[in-house]
Amino acid sequence: MMAREVYLDNSSTTPMHPEVLKEMQTLLERKYGNPSSLHRLGNDAERTLSSSRQLLAEQLGVKSGEIYFTSGGTESNNMALAGIARRNYRRGKHLLTSKIEHPSVLEPLKKLEVEGFQVTYLEPDRNGLLDPFQLAETVTPKTILVSVMHVNNEIGTIQPIAEIAAAIKRKNPQTIVHVDAVQSFTRLPLSPREQGIDVLSISAHKFHGPKGTGALYIRGGILVEPLLAGGEQEKGLRAGTENTPGIAAMALAARLNSENRKEKTAQSKIFKEKMLSSIETAHPWAQINGPRKAEGVPNILNISFPGLKGEIILHALEEHNIFVSTGSACHSRKNKPSHVLEAIGAEKAALDGAIRISFSSMNTPEEIEYAASKIPQVISELKAFMS
Amino acid sequence: MKRIYMDHGATTPMREEVLEAMLPYLKEIHGNPSSFHSFGREARKGMDEAREKVARALGASSPEEIYFTSSGTESDNLAVKGIARALSSRGNHIITSSIEHHAVLDTVKHLGEEGFEVTFLPVDEYGMVDPKDLEAALTDRTILASIMMANNEVGTIQPVEEMARICHEKEVYFHTDAVQAIGHLPVNLEKQPFDLLSLSAHKFYGPKGIGALYVRKGTKIKQILFGGGQERKLRPSTENIPAIVGLGRAIELAVENIPEKSAALTALRDRLFKGLQEEIEDIRVNGHPTQRLPGNVNISVAYVEGESILLSLDLKGIAISSGSACTSGALDPSHVLMAMGLDHQTAHGSLRFSLGKENSEEEVDYVIESLKEIVERLRKMSSVYKK
Ligand SMILES: Cc1ncc(COP(=O)(O)O)c(C=O)c1O
Ligand SMILES: Cc1ncc(COP(=O)(O)O)c(C=O)c1O
Repeated sequence: MMAREVYLDNSSTTPMHPEVLKEMQTLLERKYGNPSSLHRLGNDAERTLSSSRQLLAEQLGVKSGEIYFTSGGTESNNMALAGIARRNYRRGKHLLTSKIEHPSVLEPLKKLEVEGFQVTYLEPDRNGLLDPFQLAETVTPKTILVSVMHVNNEIGTIQPIAEIAAAIKRKNPQTIVHVDAVQSFTRLPLSPREQGIDVLSISAHKFHGPKGTGALYIRGGILVEPLLAGGEQEKGLRAGTENTPGIAAMALAARLNSENRKEKTAQSKIFKEKMLSSIETAHPWAQINGPRKAEGVPNILNISFPGLKGEIILHALEEHNIFVSTGSACHSRKNKPSHVLEAIGAEKAALDGAIRISFSSMNTPEEIEYAASKIPQVISELKAFMS
Repeated sequence: MKRIYMDHGATTPMREEVLEAMLPYLKEIHGNPSSFHSFGREARKGMDEAREKVARALGASSPEEIYFTSSGTESDNLAVKGIARALSSRGNHIITSSIEHHAVLDTVKHLGEEGFEVTFLPVDEYGMVDPKDLEAALTDRTILASIMMANNEVGTIQPVEEMARICHEKEVYFHTDAVQAIGHLPVNLEKQPFDLLSLSAHKFYGPKGIGALYVRKGTKIKQILFGGGQERKLRPSTENIPAIVGLGRAIELAVENIPEKSAALTALRDRLFKGLQEEIEDIRVNGHPTQRLPGNVNISVAYVEGESILLSLDLKGIAISSGSACTSGALDPSHVLMAMGLDHQTAHGSLRFSLGKENSEEEVDYVIESLKEIVERLRKMSSVYKK
C-alpha cells in the first residue's frame, strides 16, 4: 500500500499548489486592508487586486478591465447567463446550450425559462461532442446567447469552441458566446479574442488555487445586469468586499498551472494511457464513457464496469488509499444517474458502474504506477465477490 | 513609524487562532465536501463543525438554520430577494430604513423597479429608527421588513427586537443585517425573534470572502444562485471550506466575553470622544450618545474636508475612514448622515474611527494629538474658517 494518499479526483477539486498556499498565507496574515479604503492598507490591497487582475488578464490575452472577480464557477456562470439574458432580452428571448452542461449552467437556464426565455438544449454525439453546424442551424435572429462548456467535467470531452463560435457568429453576429472554461482554463490554451468567446467562466479551486474564488471575463461592450447588488466593487457589477488573498492566490495559480503546459499535458497523456491499458488488458469488458483520444482531455478518464456499482468501487479503492469519484462530485451525493452519461446514450449498466479518474500535474509517476496496478486488481476481487 | 489601525468597521485583521484553524484545510484536507471519499468526508466534517459553531454562537435552534455565502453582501441579497421571490404571490410590500447598507438598499431598489413597493423608514437625528414608524408602515401586503442591528457608519444600535415582535404580530418576516454587530452585541435567536440574520466573517477577525445567512426553520425563501445541491440548494457552488472553518472559529472567539470586551472598547471609545471634544473646537458628534457600537466614533469637523484629514492621518500611520469604505470612493456624501439631517458640508467633513481589540489608550491619545494638529493646520488654510 502507498503510504501517501493517491488523489485522483482532481476534477472535483485540486489541492493548492505549495507556492499558492504560501502566497495566500502571507496575504491572510498581512494584507488585510479593504481595497475600498483610502488609507495605505486599503491602497495596498487595491494594488494587490489590480496586479492580480492584470496577471489573470495576461493569461487570457484580454484587457484587465474585462476581468470580474466572483466567488467561484457557479456564480460566474449564473452572472453570465442571468446577467446577459436579463439585460439583452429586447433583442430576443432565445438561448441555446447543450444537454451536458454543468448544473450551474443548466439550472439558471431553467430559471430563465420560467421568466419567459426559450432555451434549446442540444444533444451531443456518443463522445459528448457537439456539432458546430447543428448548433448554428438552431441559431435564429432572436438568439441572444449561446453557452457551451469547453471541457466536460465528467467525461472530458473537448468542444471545438472556436469552430462553434465562428459558426454561430456567421449565422448571427449579435449572438453572445459564453464558455464555461472551469475545467479547461490553464490546462488547454485559451484565447477568447482569437476563439470568438465573448464571456468566459473560471473557478480557482480547479487549477490548484483556493476555493471560493472565480472570475468572469466579459468582453468590453457587452451589457450584463449584476447579480449581487450593494457596492461599487467590480465597477458596480459584483458587490461585496473583495477576497483579496483568494484573488491574488487565484492569479498566481493561473500563472503557475499554465507554465510548461506541453510537458504537463504530455505527462497526463502517459498517465491516462498507462491507466487505460492496464485496466483494459485485465478487463476487456470495461466501457470507456466519452472520448478515448483526441476529443478528450488527458486528465479525465470515465470508465464503467457493468455489474459493479461505482460507489462500491470507490470505497474499495479507498481501502488502498486511492481516491476517485463516481460521475461528478455534484451528482455523487444524490442517487440520480448522471445527466451527461444519459445524454451520450450510455446504457443502464454503464450508468451505475461509472467511476471518474482525474489526474493533475501534482500526481507523480509512482502514484500512477501504483494506482494502475491496484485498480484492475480491486475490480477483479469485486467481480469475483459479486458472482 | 507607529501604525495604528482604527478602521475595523471596514475590515479587521485575521486572528492567529483563525488562521491556525484554517491551515489544515488549506493544506491536507483539500477535498470537495460533495465527494464520497475520505477527503470529501473530512472536509464535510470541518464544515459541519463550523456550522454548529455559528448556530451555537447565535443561539439558533439547529445548525440547519445556517447557510454559508460568499459575503455579507450576498447574505443581504439572498435574504431580501429570496423572501421577495418566495412570497410575491402573498404581497409586494417591503419595509426597510433609509440608513441600511447598500447591500440591502440597492437590492430593495432593484425589487422596486420590478414592481415591489418599498417603504424607506426615516431616522431621527441620532440615526435611530422609530418602531412606531415601522408599525404604521405595515399593510396587509407587507411581506418583509429589513432593519440593520447596528449601523456601519454612525454605530447606532436599532431597537430590532421590538421591531421584529411588531412584524411577527402581523406575520411579516423580519431580517436584520448584523454584519457590524457580531462580536459586539449579544445575539440570542432563542429570545430574539429574527427570521433572517446576515453576517460577514471579515468584520470579526475572520477571513474575507465568506459570510452566512441565518434562516429560521420554516421560513419560505428562494435561492438567487442556481446550480448544484450545496447548502441544501439554497446556495450552490463548491463550498469554500477553509474560509467556512475560519468563520466558525472566528465567531466562536467573537462571542466570548462580549460584556467585558464591549466595556473595554466602550471606555476606549469614550476616551477618544472626550479627548476630541476637549481638544478640537467645532466638531459635531454623529450618532447616538449611548445606543452605539462600542468601537464606533463618528464626528464631523467643521471647515475641513474629511478626506483631507484622512490622508493626513494616513501619513502619520493612522488608518480611519470617512463615511463608509464602500462609498468613500464616490463623491456623494454619506446617505446615512444625510438621512440624519446633516447638510452636505457637515457630512463631507465626517470621519469614522472604528476601534478594535488591538487598540490601546496610548494609541487613542496619539490619535487625539495628531488630529488636533492636522485640523489646526488644515483650518489655517481653509477659506471658510475665520478665527
Ligand atoms: C464545468 C464546471 N462548471 C462549473 C463548476 C462550478 O464551479 P464551483 O463549484 O467553483 O462553483 C464546476 C465544478 O464544480 C464544473 O466542473
Ligand atoms: C452593515 C453592513 N452590511 C453589509 C456589509 C457587506 O459585507 P461584505 O463586504 O462582506 O459583503 C457591510 C460591510 O461592508 C456592512 O457594514
